[in-house]
Amino acid sequence: MYKYDSYDQAMVDTRVEEFRDQTRRRLDGTLSEEKFRPLRLQNGLYLQLHAYMLRVAVPYGTLNSAQMHVLADIADKYDRGYGHFTTRQNIQYNWIKLEDTPDILADLAKVEMHAIQTSGNCIRNISSDQFAGAAADELIDPRPYAELLRQWSSFHPEFLTLPRKFKIAVIASQTDRAAMKLHDIGIRIVKNAAGEIGAAFYVGGGMGRTPMIAPLIREFVPLDQLITYSEACLRVYNRYGRRDNKYKARIKILVHELGRDEYIRQVEEEFAHLLTLDIEPPIAELERIKAHFADPAFAAGADDLDLSDPDFALWVQRNTAAHKQPGYTIANISLKPVGGIPGDASAAQIHVMAELAKDYSFDELRVTHAQNIVLPHVRKADLYTLWQKLDAAGLGAPNLDTIEDIIACPGLDYCSLANARSIPVAQKIAERFAANGQTGTLGELKLKISGCINACGHHHAGHIGILGVDKKGTENYQLLLGGSEGDDTSLGKITGPGFDEDGIVDAVEKATNVYLARKQDGERFLDTYRRIGMEPFKEALYA
Amino acid sequence: MKILTGNDLKTGEVTWWTGQDWSLHVNDAVDVGDEAESILAREEAERRVNSSYAIDATREADGGIRPGHIKDRIRALGPTVRPDLTLKPADPDAGNWVI
Repeated sequence: MYKYDSYDQAMVDTRVEEFRDQTRRRLDGTLSEEKFRPLRLQNGLYLQLHAYMLRVAVPYGTLNSAQMHVLADIADKYDRGYGHFTTRQNIQYNWIKLEDTPDILADLAKVEMHAIQTSGNCIRNISSDQFAGAAADELIDPRPYAELLRQWSSFHPEFLTLPRKFKIAVIASQTDRAAMKLHDIGIRIVKNAAGEIGAAFYVGGGMGRTPMIAPLIREFVPLDQLITYSEACLRVYNRYGRRDNKYKARIKILVHELGRDEYIRQVEEEFAHLLTLDIEPPIAELERIKAHFADPAFAAGADDLDLSDPDFALWVQRNTAAHKQPGYTIANISLKPVGGIPGDASAAQIHVMAELAKDYSFDELRVTHAQNIVLPHVRKADLYTLWQKLDAAGLGAPNLDTIEDIIACPGLDYCSLANARSIPVAQKIAERFAANGQTGTLGELKLKISGCINACGHHHAGHIGILGVDKKGTENYQLLLGGSEGDDTSLGKITGPGFDEDGIVDAVEKATNVYLARKQDGERFLDTYRRIGMEPFKEALYA
Repeated sequence: MKILTGNDLKTGEVTWWTGQDWSLHVNDAVDVGDEAESILAREEAERRVNSSYAIDATREADGGIRPGHIKDRIRALGPTVRPDLTLKPADPDAGNWVI
């Protein structure tokens, strides 16, 4: 994985001291909150319901064990013993004190981490495929390009005050595990007919109050023009994106209102101009970055697994994925135990995951946008031992991509923007299906819950989505069906009037019962919904 | 009644205006009537509180104070999904007060 050079380290260290001084001036009254607020947000520090919340950047979700240990130490020393992994492959702490924040940032800087650009109208943490560098279906490892984009976008003077926040994802597989088309820019590394590797650009996707799927705006950008083309996309947005209305300020609105063809025309014009300025980083820099992402020293190993332990067999079936290297597998650690808080892990659990990564996965971990953790390179010979250790730490839930593996935003329990709670709804649904024994029968079913229209819980992209709204001072939950974040990206549709907290749990069960009654061989919930449409579900829900 | 709430500048903790200072406990809040704006302006200037605002609340039969909106009741108690992190970790029924 990438290692900071002296420039990276100096920038992060300097920022820590700058923020230490800003914090001192806020506490002694020299700085007003009005002046301080944008400064703390530039360092990932929000003020939420109960305390300050610090969001730490995890570039493309990749961590080593030393970094993971520090994340656990921060949870112990400065928070209340836990951290919350988020849908942008980051981690957040919910109970931070302002006066401690400079020390936390200093601790992070010692392990090449920071909280810069995790908030604000700038290019946010670059996300990627959590299986990058390990997946059997991958063209190349997308992370060197994500890292190049990270370096380009960090402190980019032109893009630190964009009309709104800006999110980029990079993948290199036909299988989209990063919700790429629901980003402001989604980049897929592809091979063209001539066998050359390049990047397809999808621009103008996003969720929030106006969800849109990004259209393809260029099928092939040569990789030695990746930054130049990205800059062209951003420049057109920065120039014409609306700043008078924050609800219409995202690039998706600009692309929609200009029209895809006109946006492409303007980007191509800007791209041609930028090519004359020769802004692309030298190829030597890309090669330097690539060297950090070389494969680990894989050993020869057998692919056989002893699956005589049924609990282990179930976990293997649901929580592992095909690795590119014979004898290895990708292990997914679910942070969704039944009744737990999706994405939360205790400090002790974070330490355990760090140790297991060191012992069994070449010192690497990944945070997934589904709020889980991945150990990307596990020898199959070690898998049973690994699973036993995970299980002993409460990290062995065998439920990846099932109805128990719910993405949920923090909701009204923590977030100052939320209108309704998300977590208790997620808990009740997982408990209902664990109790009725249908989790396995339902197969792949992605359920996502947001506590407000901002859609941090990705409800638009859930096979079943739930949106919490405020209805005259009480929580109300709308049900959506038919969303997908994958290769077949689609946006869910609202079924009709919303439900109360218990009613929404019943409604989900009614919807799944329609699926079980109507599914044909091999169909997922999403497939059945697409085949039979909304009406049978509405009939069951509102009978 | 109208009460004042905000977050402590240093810790971010939820606080309630007692008439003289800020308390972590909503039951210490006082009815500020029409004085909300002037108190908030003064207290923010003195930097003891952040993001402060006035809310409607009711006094319950037992003398306790109940904020009018669920958001402020969650702020007053703590997250409903982690009783151990609330101000009443030993009271299993504490969360019911929120709903």
